[in-house]
Amino acid sequence: MTCVPKSKFHHPQLPVNELGLTYRDYEGSMSTLCAGCGHDSVGAAVVQACFELSLPAHRVAKLSGIGCSSKAPTYFLGKSHGFNSVHGRMPSVATGANLANRELIYLGMSGDGDSASIGLGQFAHVVRRKLNMTYIVANNGAYGLTKGQPSATADRGSLMKGGKEVTDEGIDLVSLALSMGATYVARSFSGDKEELVPLIKGALSHKGFAFIDVMSPCVTFNNHQGSTKSYDYLRDHMESLISADFIPHKSEITVQSEPGEAQDIFMHDGSVMRLRAADESYDPCSRSSAFAAIEAHREKGEVLTGLLYLESGASHLHENLNTVDKALNGLGYKELCPGDEVLKELNESFR
Amino acid sequence: MIKPIQSVNDFVIKFANVNGTGSASANNLFAKAVFNMGVPVSPRNIFPSNIQGLPTWYEVRVNQDGYLGRRGGGVDIVVAMNPQSLADDVAAVLPGGYFIYDSTNPLPESLRRDDIQIIGIPFTELCRQQFSNTKQRMLFKNIAYIGALAALLDIDFEVFTQLLSKQFKGKEHLVTSNTTALELGYVYAKKTFECPIGIRMEKSDAVGDKILVDGNTASGLGCVYGGATVCGWYPITPSTSVVESYSRFCERMRIDPASGKKRFGIVQMEDELAAIGVVIGASWNGARAFTATSGPGVSLMSEFLGLAYFAEIPVVLINVQRGGPSTGMPTRTQQSDLLACAYASHGDTKHVLTFPANPKECFEFSAESFDLAERLQTPLIIMSDLELGMNDWLCDPLEWKDDSQFDRGKVLHEEQLENLKDGERFGRYLDVDDDGICYRTYPGAHPEKGAFFTRGTSRDRHALYTEEGAHYVDNMERLVKKHRTAAKLIPAPIINIDDKRHKMAVVYYGTTDNVMAESLAKLEKQGLKFNSMRLRSYPFSDEVAEFIEGHERLFVVEQNRDGQMRTLLIDELECDPSRLVSVLHYDGMAIPVEAVVGGIINNLSAEQNRKTGEAS
Ligand SMILES: Cc1ncc(C[n+]2csc(CCOP(=O)(O)OP(=O)(O)O)c2C)c(N)n1
Ligand code: SF4
Ligand SMILES: [Mg+2]
Repeated sequence: MTCVPKSKFHHPQLPVNELGLTYRDYEGSMSTLCAGCGHDSVGAAVVQACFELSLPAHRVAKLSGIGCSSKAPTYFLGKSHGFNSVHGRMPSVATGANLANRELIYLGMSGDGDSASIGLGQFAHVVRRKLNMTYIVANNGAYGLTKGQPSATADRGSLMKGGKEVTDEGIDLVSLALSMGATYVARSFSGDKEELVPLIKGALSHKGFAFIDVMSPCVTFNNHQGSTKSYDYLRDHMESLISADFIPHKSEITVQSEPGEAQDIFMHDGSVMRLRAADESYDPCSRSSAFAAIEAHREKGEVLTGLLYLESGASHLHENLNTVDKALNGLGYKELCPGDEVLKELNESFR
Repeated sequence: MIKPIQSVNDFVIKFANVNGTGSASANNLFAKAVFNMGVPVSPRNIFPSNIQGLPTWYEVRVNQDGYLGRRGGGVDIVVAMNPQSLADDVAAVLPGGYFIYDSTNPLPESLRRDDIQIIGIPFTELCRQQFSNTKQRMLFKNIAYIGALAALLDIDFEVFTQLLSKQFKGKEHLVTSNTTALELGYVYAKKTFECPIGIRMEKSDAVGDKILVDGNTASGLGCVYGGATVCGWYPITPSTSVVESYSRFCERMRIDPASGKKRFGIVQMEDELAAIGVVIGASWNGARAFTATSGPGVSLMSEFLGLAYFAEIPVVLINVQRGGPSTGMPTRTQQSDLLACAYASHGDTKHVLTFPANPKECFEFSAESFDLAERLQTPLIIMSDLELGMNDWLCDPLEWKDDSQFDRGKVLHEEQLENLKDGERFGRYLDVDDDGICYRTYPGAHPEKGAFFTRGTSRDRHALYTEEGAHYVDNMERLVKKHRTAAKLIPAPIINIDDKRHKMAVVYYGTTDNVMAESLAKLEKQGLKFNSMRLRSYPFSDEVAEFIEGHERLFVVEQNRDGQMRTLLIDELECDPSRLVSVLHYDGMAIPVEAVVGGIINNLSAEQNRKTGEAS
C-alpha cells in the first residue's frame, strides 16, 4: 500500500517550539501499522521528544533494520533522511554513517527480532564500540512482520498466540547493553508517554551509546493472555524504579534536588537528567546496582523501567579513533590526496 | 652425464624454508639484489595457512627479457633449507640444474640424483661457529645462503652491502652482523666450489625506472589517493594487507597538522556483513568508503550488495581472490569469484567489476573506483587475486596528476536544493539526465528539501514505498540503463590487433596478463598467431562485443574451473558459445606459460585430429 502524505495544514493555535515549529512538523507520513500497535506510540514519543528539544529535524538521521518496528521511522520525522537497511544489520550501517559525519544526530529504531535474534551480533558490537547514537528497540517479544513467531526476547514460560509455550531463555537486551558498555541504558513502555518522552530526550542529548528498550505490544500477534509482552501484562507488572526528568541546559534549574530525593546528572551540553529512584539504595551511576535491580525484579516477574544506568563523559567511537573534529564527508581533495610529490618519494622507496 | 644448465640472467630459483624461521627477509634481500642489478625479477611466496612450522617456498624468476610470469615445470636452482621437504625439493630441480642444501646433515643417499649438480654447504654449522646466540644462529643461516648465492651466481657483493645499509639505516650493528653472515656463505662457496656455476648474473639496465611492489600495498595507497576516509573491514587472507597498507599510509599522510587528529576512520568490524554495512552507511552519508575481503567475505556480503545495488549507494569493495569454494585454498590464488561478484545477491542484480593486472593498475583502479562508484551510485568490485596482492611485482612507477579532482557524482547540496524552482520537486529516483543515474542528497543537507527514505523495498521515483508492478519495472529498467552507462565509463579493454586477418584471438584478464606476452611469443614460434584482448572491466563495452564478433575462435584464458569469464561473455553478449574455447588453470598456483601454450595447442590439435578423422 502506498502512503498518503499527511496534510500540511497547521492550526494557528498549535504550540510552537524554539525553532517556531509545531509538533506536526516532526511527524512523518501516515502509519501503515496495525491500529493500536505499540510502535506507533514509540514514534509519537520520538516526535514529542524532538519537538520539545527543538531539534532541527533534518540534522537527525533515522536508521533501521527490517520489521514493523523498523518501518516505523517512515512515520516520524518526515524531514529527516531515513535508511531502512537489511534485517539485523542497522548497527553497522549506523556505524558507517556516523563515521562519515559526526555532526548529525543518529537515531536507530529496531525490533526485538532485528536486534536480539538475527542482529544480536551487530547489536552487541555497536554497543561495545560506543557509537554516539540513540538506539531504540520496540520490543514486542515476537516477529510482527512475519506474523507472530517468537523472537529471542520472548520470555521462557510465556505463551505465544495459539498457546505454544516458549521454552528457550529470553534475552534481556537491557542487561546485554549494560554488560557491553552502553553509557545510557533505559527501559520503558510504549503506553507510558510520561516516562518515555524524557527518556528519549535524555538519550538524544547523551554523548555516547544510549539504549532504550521499549516494551511495545503487538496487538495482532502477541497481546493475548499468557503473553508477557501484552498491554495488560505490562500495565500490571511494570515497576518504575527511577523516573527521569530532562531539563534542557537553557532553562534555569530552579529547584535544587535534596540528597536522597533526586539526583541531577549533567549531560555534556549542560542539560540535566534529574533522576528519582523509588529505592534509595539504587545508584543509577553504578552498573552493579543496575544489574542487581534488574535481576531482583526479573525474579519477581516484574519489568523494571526508568533510566537504569547513566555514565556521563565516557568517550565514544570518534574520540577513541581520534578522528578530526570536522565531518569526514566534508573533507576535500586537498585535505585527502597526498599528490604526486609524495608518490615520487614512495616510488623511490619501492626500488 | 647431463650437461649443467648454462644461462645468464635467465633462471628460476626456489628457496625451501620452514615457516616462521625468518627466511622471508633473506629471500626478499635476494630478490632486491637482482632488481638492483637492473635485471627483471618476480618473486613468489608459496605459503601454507599456518604461522609456524610448515614448509614454505619462495620462487624467484629472473629474466632479462622481462618475462615474469611462472614458466611452469621444474626450476633451475633449489636452495633446500627444510629437511621436511627435501625429497620434493630434490625432485623439483630440472635435469642439469643445481641443488644447494645445508650439508650440516648429510643428504640421504636415496635422494641423490646424478642428473643434477649437488652443492652442499654446512650453513647450520658455519653459523653455530660464528654466532653464540640461538636466535642469531637461526636467522643468519638464511643470510648465509644468500651470501653463498652471491658467490655461486656472481652477484656483486656490494649490491648486498648497499641494500643492508639502506634497510638497517641507523642500526649499524645490524649491518655489521648481517654482512658477517653474508660473508660466511660467500667465502665458503668461493673456497669450495668453482664460482660462478653455469647460471650466473650480469648487471643490466633492463629494469629502468620500474619499481618492485605488491598489489595490496598499491591498492591501499590507491584508496588514500582516491580520497577514502572510512574503512570497515574484517581480516582475511589474502586481503588483509590492503587495509594494513591503507592504514599505514593514512598514518603518514592523513594527519591533520593543526590538531594531530586523523582524517580517516578505520574500524575492524565483527564480520564482513558489518564491514560492508559500514561502507554502505558511510557512502550513504557522503563519505568515500571501502572494504577489502576475499571469497568467504564476499559470500557474507551478498545481501548488503543487493541493497546497495537496489538503493543505489556507492560501494568500493576490493576482492583479493583466493582458492574456493568454502575455505578452499586460503593461501593459493584463483580467479574464481567472477560470477559470484558479477551477480552477487538475490534478485536481478549486476555489479561493476574491474580487473587489475599489475600493482600500477591496483593503485589506479582503486583510486578511480571512488569516482566511478559515486558517479554510478552502485557497488564496484575490484577483482584482484593473491598472486597479485601478496607478491612483489616489477611494474612501472606510480603516477598521479596533481590537477585531478574528485568526481563526487550527482549530488544536490544545500544550495542547489535551495534553488529548486517552485513546482520543481526533488525525486531521488528521477532519471533527469536520461543516463539511468539520478541525483542524490546527503542527510542533513537542507531543512526542508531533499530528505527521502532509503530502502531496499520497491519504491517510486520519489522514493515512496510501492509494490505496484509498473513502478517496480520502471525502476529495474532504469538500473539496466545505468549499467549500460557504466560500460562507457569503466576501464577499456586493451586490444592488440597483430593482424586484422587473424581468425584466432586470446581473451584474458587480471594476472593472466603476466604470462601472455611470453605465451604468445612461444606460440608464434610454432607458427600460431593471435590477436588479443585483455578485459579490464565488466559490464562489457561495445568494443568487447566487436572484438569477439571479429574472430572465429577465441581462447578465453582464466584461472578457475568453470570458465566463468566465458560464461559471463556468452551470457551478456549472447555470442555463439562454440567460438569461445576455455583454457583453464586452477590448481592454486598462478597460471604458468606452459598452461596457456599447452592448452591452446592441445585444443588445436584435437580439432585437427577430429577433422582428419572425419575426412578419412
Ligand atoms: C535475512 C532476512 N531474513 C528474514 C526476513 C523476514 N523478516 C522480516 S521482519 C522479520 C522479523 C521482525 O521482527 P522484529 O524485529 O521483532 O520486528 P517487529 O515486526 O516485531 O516489529 C523477519 C524474520 C528478512 N527480511 N530478512
Ligand atoms: S503486526 Fe504487530 S508489530 Fe506489526 S504493525 Fe501489527 S501490531 Fe504492530
Ligand atoms: Mg518484534
